[in-house]
Amino acid sequence: MSTSTLPRPAKDSPRNRNRGGGIRSGEGRFGWLFTAPAIVIIGVFLVLPIFLALWVSVSDWGGLGSPINSQVGFVGAKNFAHVLTSGGLAEKDFGTSIRNNLWFVVFVVPLQTALALFLAVQVNRRVLRGRSFFRTAYYFPSVTSAVAITGIFAFLFASSGAVNSVIAALGGKGPTWFADPRGLFHIIAGLFGVGDNPPGLSTPAFLELSWWDWLAGPSVAMCVIIILVIFTTSGTFMLLFLAALQNIGVEVEEASLIDGAGPFRKFFSVTLPMLRPTLFTVLTLGLIGTWQIFDQIYILGQGKPAKTTLTPAFLAYQTSFKDLNWGDGAAISFVLFAIIVTLTLLQRLVLRDRDKERLDRPMSRLLANEKTAAEKSRSIR
Amino acid sequence: MTTTALPPEVNAATQATIKRSPPRPPSGVRREWQRFHIGAILSYAMLILFAIIYIYPFLVAVSSSFKTDGDATNNPLSLIPQTWTVAAYQQLFSGSPLPLWALNTAFITIIVTTARVFLDSLAGYALSRLKFRGRTVVFSALIAVMAVPNVVLLIPRFLILKQFGLYDSYAGMIIPLIVDAGGIFIMKQFFESIPVSVEEAARIDGAGIFRTFWTIVLPMARPALVTLFILSFQGSWNEFGAFVVSRQNPDLNTLTTGIASLFSGQLGSGNQFPLKLAAAILMTIPVATIFFIFQRKIMNTTEGGEKG
Repeated sequence: MSTSTLPRPAKDSPRNRNRGGGIRSGEGRFGWLFTAPAIVIIGVFLVLPIFLALWVSVSDWGGLGSPINSQVGFVGAKNFAHVLTSGGLAEKDFGTSIRNNLWFVVFVVPLQTALALFLAVQVNRRVLRGRSFFRTAYYFPSVTSAVAITGIFAFLFASSGAVNSVIAALGGKGPTWFADPRGLFHIIAGLFGVGDNPPGLSTPAFLELSWWDWLAGPSVAMCVIIILVIFTTSGTFMLLFLAALQNIGVEVEEASLIDGAGPFRKFFSVTLPMLRPTLFTVLTLGLIGTWQIFDQIYILGQGKPAKTTLTPAFLAYQTSFKDLNWGDGAAISFVLFAIIVTLTLLQRLVLRDRDKERLDRPMSRLLANEKTAAEKSRSIR
Repeated sequence: MTTTALPPEVNAATQATIKRSPPRPPSGVRREWQRFHIGAILSYAMLILFAIIYIYPFLVAVSSSFKTDGDATNNPLSLIPQTWTVAAYQQLFSGSPLPLWALNTAFITIIVTTARVFLDSLAGYALSRLKFRGRTVVFSALIAVMAVPNVVLLIPRFLILKQFGLYDSYAGMIIPLIVDAGGIFIMKQFFESIPVSVEEAARIDGAGIFRTFWTIVLPMARPALVTLFILSFQGSWNEFGAFVVSRQNPDLNTLTTGIASLFSGQLGSGNQFPLKLAAAILMTIPVATIFFIFQRKIMNTTEGGEKG
């Protein structure tokens, strides 16, 4: 991302000739002056806090007074150990939150990506009446606040709510969405007559959860949050795909049509490969975003029912602000940070390998467009 | 309900397609026409179905906010209240702290948006145009900062606000938000895309650096400023996490934290759906307004070379 690796734009050359005098004088002073507010705010309210929290995560600070005083002791990795290997409730809660978030990611990321791509292809057609209406309709949920839309979903998925009315009209019986802790795969296994904790799967596997627990899938309550998040993010990602689709241009499409490709063949052999950079961007953003789910959890049940909507982000908040166990909360935050950074780096590694083969000029331009779009979507959320 | 609205649109669409397609033997045209016809109907039906799924929640929320409690609970799907009532809105405006929350949100949003647009463009300009020692370092640090996930910052931010005695104050809620690395990045990218010659002319004519920035560069950067304005407005209006950890005084509740407490049942009893939905609708109106004013702009950021 840094500019240093890119070739310098031509407009920089006269600047070099003028260095040190004339109209360039005072730039050093003003450069620092202009960036000072940003540096101070980001330094004091972003960088400094991270170090303070890092200290809290390795200290025995109990929440009283300042964490920087002589009575607060250094305890090394004790808080991390408590969360990760204590064998007690703290470890089990953390394991549960990771399990929940893992299933959340597994469902949300592919579905939101596929839906966004599908919608983008649909609204990108050249002959389409009401095209801007459809685009607006699909994008609108992305604009609203998580709080408002979560409240609306609480109404829609109430036990006698709109969704269950539709299910009833179709002849089924909807669940009590927010009170149902059963895992999706447990329900499916139950249909085949598999009881709870079948032998062989009931042994503890990892982080105090048995294999059976790990394989539960998202709970019914978590499914509502999955649907909610797909509903609000697919519009944003649709716009990213749309931008990329419009960069492909008519010629490529026409060429493939002349070569005799049908619509499906055209999509999978021509369009999709050209969208690969965007696809990776959307997957990366999705992966980062889904590990950060907090607002919706806070509003819908705060981990209930039976901790099946607990996520690491919310657990960190709860451990610190409700249980006043600041060291553990900060430790969970940093483990979550590590998870997100690792996944991002992993993705970038994959992305870079794939891109090397095909980084011709139009593609790099497209990537540049995307970065701004990506930023945009990040700040929207 | 929807299929009746279909034919005229579909006909127009297919006719447009026909006009484009090259002349063919009559039988071929007919078969083509039929294929287009069925295909178009199917895809419009699908698009409309999706549009309903995306919009219906908002429509039903609006209509239910005008229902009675029982009506909203018993007829959750209907778009027309059995008896219209504004009780929910009355209760929100006269018997709840919602007006205070709205004032807090408006106050914070105005300051944060103004400050962000100004400070982000200042920093973005310096990083793109002004040559100074350490510029590359500052920019790299900025990129690194952008990678820190927001949710990881909740506890750290609380700690620092406590440390500085800013917890439970407007200052503590506002100051951490008045600069954002993403906005600086957007402005820097934009400034790099506009020609440097105009500025140089101004500087040769004797205008100072700030004056050049303020009177020459900033007006040219209008598109990027509008983008930044939209993002900042939306971001601060919808901000939730930062306000959860920067205050606990109910008088400092914003719309997001206040309405969240309404939803998670910390106020009142019963389901009170009309009240909650009315609150959700009210808090959505300003961002929706901004969205519809700048809709063309927001959707256009994606328009590439090919149009229409």
